[in-house]
Amino acid sequence: MKPASVLIIGSGPIVIGQAAEFDYAGTQACKAMREEGVRSILVNSNPATIMTDLHIADAVYIEPLTVPVVERIIARERPEGLLPTMGGQTGLNLAVELARAGVLEKYSVRLLGTPLEGIRRAEDRELFRDMLAKLGEPVLESEICHTLDECVAAAEQIGLPVVIRPAYTLGGTGGGMAFTMDQLRTVAASGLAASPISQVLVEKNLLGWKEVEYEVMRDGAGNCITICNMENFDPMGVHTGDSIVIAPSQTLSDKDYQMLRSAALRIIDELGIEGGCNVQFSLAPRKDITDWPGDPYAPLPYYVIEVNPRVSRSSALASKATGYPIARVAAKIACGKTLDQIPNAVTRKTTAAFEPALDYCVVKIPRWPFDKFALGERQLGTQMKATGEVMAIDRSFEAALNKAVRSLEVGGHSLLWERPEWRSGGEFPLNATDERLWALMAALRRGADPFDLSRQTAIDPWFTIRLQNIVAMERRLLAEALHPELLRDAKRLGFSDEMVGQLADRLPEQIRALRHEWGIRPVYKMVDTCAAEFDAATPYFYSTYETENEALPEDTAAAIVVGSGPIRIGQGIEFDYASVHAAWALQEAGIRSIMANSNPETVSTDFDTSDRLYFEPLDEEGVRDIIENETGSGDEAPSSIVQFGGQTAINLADPLRRSGLPIIGSSADTIDTAEDRRLFERFLQDLGIPQPPGAAILTLEEAMKTAQTIGYPVLVRPSYVLGGRAMEIVQNATELVTFVAQAAEVAQGKPILIDKFLDGAEVEVDAICDGETVLIPGIMQHIEKAGVHSGDSMAVYPPMHLDAEERATIVDYTERIVLGLGAIGLTNIQYVVLPRVPGEDPRVFVLEVNPRASRTVPFLSKVTGVPMVQLAVGAMLGQKIADHGFPSGLWPERNLVAIKAPVFSMSKLTGVDTYLGPEMKSTGEVMGIDRAFEPALAKALIAADMALKPNASVLLSISDRTKADALPLIHKLNESGYRIFATEGTSKMIEALNIPVTPVTKVLSGDHPNVVDVIMDGSVQCVINTSENRFTGSLRDGFHIRRAAAEKRIPCFTSIDTARAAVSALVTAADFEVATLREYVQ
Amino acid sequence: MPDALLVLADGSVFPGRSIGAEGHADGEVVFNTSMTGYQEMLTDPSYAGQLLVLTYPLIGNYGIDDRVEESARIQPTGLIVREAALTASHLRSQQTLREFLVERGIVAIEGVDTRAVTRRIRMHGVMPGTVTTTESAAKALERLRSFASYDNVNWVNSVTTDHVFDWNVPPGEARHRVALLDGGVKRNIMRSLEARGCSVRVFPAATPAEDLLALNPDGIVLSPGPGDPRLLDAMVGEVGQLIGKAPVLGICLGHQVAARALGAGTFKLPFGHRGGNHPVQEVATGRVTITAQNHGYAVDPSGLDGKAFVSHINLNDQTVEGIALRHEPLMTIQYHSEACPGPLDNAYIFDQFIEMMATVRGGVR
Repeated sequence: MKPASVLIIGSGPIVIGQAAEFDYAGTQACKAMREEGVRSILVNSNPATIMTDLHIADAVYIEPLTVPVVERIIARERPEGLLPTMGGQTGLNLAVELARAGVLEKYSVRLLGTPLEGIRRAEDRELFRDMLAKLGEPVLESEICHTLDECVAAAEQIGLPVVIRPAYTLGGTGGGMAFTMDQLRTVAASGLAASPISQVLVEKNLLGWKEVEYEVMRDGAGNCITICNMENFDPMGVHTGDSIVIAPSQTLSDKDYQMLRSAALRIIDELGIEGGCNVQFSLAPRKDITDWPGDPYAPLPYYVIEVNPRVSRSSALASKATGYPIARVAAKIACGKTLDQIPNAVTRKTTAAFEPALDYCVVKIPRWPFDKFALGERQLGTQMKATGEVMAIDRSFEAALNKAVRSLEVGGHSLLWERPEWRSGGEFPLNATDERLWALMAALRRGADPFDLSRQTAIDPWFTIRLQNIVAMERRLLAEALHPELLRDAKRLGFSDEMVGQLADRLPEQIRALRHEWGIRPVYKMVDTCAAEFDAATPYFYSTYETENEALPEDTAAAIVVGSGPIRIGQGIEFDYASVHAAWALQEAGIRSIMANSNPETVSTDFDTSDRLYFEPLDEEGVRDIIENETGSGDEAPSSIVQFGGQTAINLADPLRRSGLPIIGSSADTIDTAEDRRLFERFLQDLGIPQPPGAAILTLEEAMKTAQTIGYPVLVRPSYVLGGRAMEIVQNATELVTFVAQAAEVAQGKPILIDKFLDGAEVEVDAICDGETVLIPGIMQHIEKAGVHSGDSMAVYPPMHLDAEERATIVDYTERIVLGLGAIGLTNIQYVVLPRVPGEDPRVFVLEVNPRASRTVPFLSKVTGVPMVQLAVGAMLGQKIADHGFPSGLWPERNLVAIKAPVFSMSKLTGVDTYLGPEMKSTGEVMGIDRAFEPALAKALIAADMALKPNASVLLSISDRTKADALPLIHKLNESGYRIFATEGTSKMIEALNIPVTPVTKVLSGDHPNVVDVIMDGSVQCVINTSENRFTGSLRDGFHIRRAAAEKRIPCFTSIDTARAAVSALVTAADFEVATLREYVQ
Repeated sequence: MPDALLVLADGSVFPGRSIGAEGHADGEVVFNTSMTGYQEMLTDPSYAGQLLVLTYPLIGNYGIDDRVEESARIQPTGLIVREAALTASHLRSQQTLREFLVERGIVAIEGVDTRAVTRRIRMHGVMPGTVTTTESAAKALERLRSFASYDNVNWVNSVTTDHVFDWNVPPGEARHRVALLDGGVKRNIMRSLEARGCSVRVFPAATPAEDLLALNPDGIVLSPGPGDPRLLDAMVGEVGQLIGKAPVLGICLGHQVAARALGAGTFKLPFGHRGGNHPVQEVATGRVTITAQNHGYAVDPSGLDGKAFVSHINLNDQTVEGIALRHEPLMTIQYHSEACPGPLDNAYIFDQFIEMMATVRGGVR
């Protein structure tokens, strides 16, 4: 029965294990609801999403995802149905809690998609096992445990190694493998802590078995279909989110394929799911790779590992891999439609009741954050570590793999990359790490046998033999003179021009010229769900070196939006948001929008978003090939827009200029002026706008000299890098020596910037310019002082403590900078404002100018109501901002307070320090919005899981430098009824204030309880820890405190400013109201 | 490796590399969109006289296992793929696809833009073609001009059994005795019946009705097979005499023959249904299942006898997928309940057939 209105729960902030795929799912669901004539009500705390745009759902709430908040929304909106399956584990868990709290019953809300019983049977380990037994599916030997003792007993009974799987968690959080009893105790404790019901499964370890997934759907009439199956390159033991994944499966015979398909359909039917579902299997491998007991001629043994009774990361991947819009169809099923009643959006002739047939090979590679967290534990296991992923499509595995590697953007590495120590005869690390693929290649290059490598890694020989094919081509390119057939064969295996050039000793541009001379150009084929059996209408293409091109250029004007590639720390979903809006803005302006991107999780790679989608690596070759394909014979090349796709896109400005290809928006020259230190210094000097004194340097000597001149502390960072990678505040010359060396490695020959560190308030603006008018939608002030990366700071709109003159100065500087640069479209500027000296002028310094869309664009667009990307794209196309009815200068402040808070995924990254500094560490953001500061802050903290519980205990460890700043905070904590624990030095200070305190030792090897004990045993529920910087002992001391807090999942503040805000929010929080975004902004 | 060519009757030429025997192979060029099951397809008698294009580009990955053969030989005249694996990876593999093709003397080609070929067939319909390792394109094209039309050949004669034989008798006493009229049967039909406790006697396609009925079977299965059912007047006549005498299950060609016997016509589809993803809806219940299909002709129900009705339709193009009689035990399906390759969703058809036999017999024999 069709509900009149439905509440859709979003997945909240982007964290490891729950990324942009749920924006894609939620957006599709809202669109589907609209098509079905169902009123959609959306709640999500994440403002950086398309789904929270005003026009996607009928009512949008950007509010914390908690039971009390959602209950208030339900009471206001009285939806007939609740759809929890689009919001990942967050949505599912919230739905279960709402049901348990009686909210659904109280307001007669019907749970759509997956029945509560189905969720419980899929998520609860005991019920899951019972279900499998009932279906006659093989059940893996395992024990359900609620205590550490039970876990130990279970492991003894089952025999090591075992896997620990916590119930109701996301991305394998808290789980892991144990090979020894010591490991078992550690992993089991972490798993019990991670599970909201303190339940884990201790399971027999199927190391070396194949891992295969099926995406299946079922409608209310019980019709069941498979959308896609996928095979993991990495065998069991590596989380599927951290595995290289291939679609469809490659090493399964029809018998194997159909056996698992039937099992998946039986399971979804038994669970009664109305929508999509993901089933993960473990299948017996070749006996000559990993032996197992049993008859090789009987049907292969398999086990059902896990079922996700909702759309998932895998279903987003399956949707992009096949063209079948799983979330959209699932939403329609939730509204009561059956599969045969839903038209097929791809063929527009057939229905949704069919199974996609692929005529290509898809490779997904995870994007890990170890380029930012060099000290992070790189070993991959059952807990996911990747922040994002890339996908590539081609007609062979080798080509898809090569293209996927090109899409990763990890230091420009192709498959040819090798770690220097491997070259000097070291061992190739074949254990599962982010570098295993490259290690396998390196071993093959040195003559390793693919079959031996398979025996060592349990990766099926089908894959290692294909890696060997790539190595064989490398050898040919090294040995033979280039000729057309060789070059074509290399391109067919996915070798980039750069790789060919590197091996054949030519420049990439020479290879490109040769290709053109020899007529070797990619063609583009359609992803049509049906292997060309039907005439399809999807404008969704991938490149390949074949004969027939299906993406013919069209006559109408078009522009290419270069997307932002994989989600990584520093370049998140915000840039996909901007890219999607850019495509829409082009369409509104009557220009055909062409999207280029490599990320399967996103809304931008939904074939509905643009007029044409190219799923391609976003490197120079990939984008130039697309532009050439879109250029009809003799016609002018379509323009590219590089302003919205973060550093990925902006880095293409220069290569495109060199190739004589047009860019609209800020020119490559403008970008250079803003990013080249010397040019920028001169530019600001000419305008008479101050910036912190500093210089761009290339040598250590220059660095020392500069630092001495401007005085410590100084801020050191490489230029042309996003997200503050390798950025640090340096206090003295000794530290400078260490750090300049590190920064130089990241800078790759480009200059390093050294600036005077100014200890003031950090302020950020985004501006839109059409060449005449500069519109500033809003000013944001950071709660943390300068020194914490802007992406990790809490940002407040409108600014809290700036007076009218300071605002006027910021507006004046912004206008002059933007006009002076000749920036067209969006520009982001960061300022530091020093405390005002009475009677003197404001002290505003420019920290950084980015002539592109920044990560604050979605936040600011939402809270100000200014369609920033639309205006920016209009300006690029020659429209005037004034013609859209917007004035010059600062847009009037709305009557609201909005606070953006960062969200971290630290509990998932073993070994990574959570201390906040100039290098960005957060993976996502939430927003708290209300009419006043305190409730907005309270909402932001609750949504970010950083809220303090009243009357709790807090552990303080405060560095000497920040002790003075901490005094008011300590008083406030005491007055608010907190019990205070503190490390030695800090407790002395607190005692001196006559405030009761429990001292705890920092020395881990000595007496108990120490700092880690009081966190792990639950004595404290919050940590406040400040340090000097990475060079001093205090940072090292604090590491264990911060890691313990991350693993225990309790708030840990490393900035006094944030902690102070959190305490004040708690004290005043009381009861906040909920309202729709539209109500706030109007 | 020698170069090979795929030449289509419309004059288009696709160069590639030979992965099979030397020589040339002519046939009606058809495509199948299944992503797995190349060996089952290669041994399916319904491909007699055809050149098989596989749309999935990576073929041969898991090798060849003689236990999964659906008949004793490779049935299509040749094979056209994008890439045939040089090595196979599967614990049951006994040889590579290339070895299998060479050993059985089948001409085959890789390196072809199979999607371009598929699009051509989709747009212009199935057409004759040749895969050749020995001829020029011009010479091959000339030969194609005088190529006997696929539609005018009685392909059933070339694939049916030449003698009556009994399929493996199930252990213990058989629950039901089934007579199977072989127009090009796939082994999994017999395996499926055997697994349900039936004994199966297989008869050549030209067997008169009375010989079949002389067995006193509990049920009759009309098998799948290749070619145009309009060429099978004799078989249609005999089948007409079987209907009503014992429960009948018609599969694919068997369905078309039974439909003709019940007054329906048949027509050629522009490019057939070949794949493992076709949605079929049961008219009575609205229930949809995914089916394996391999047919170039379909039933035109307009002349259908009043006592018969269309029981299943194809959701892609609304063609007839099954018919049944209102008051007598007959069910026919255009798709392949035996799968191999393809989804196992429709094995329940065999269960229904068993039930039908049990009901007519008044229970288990």
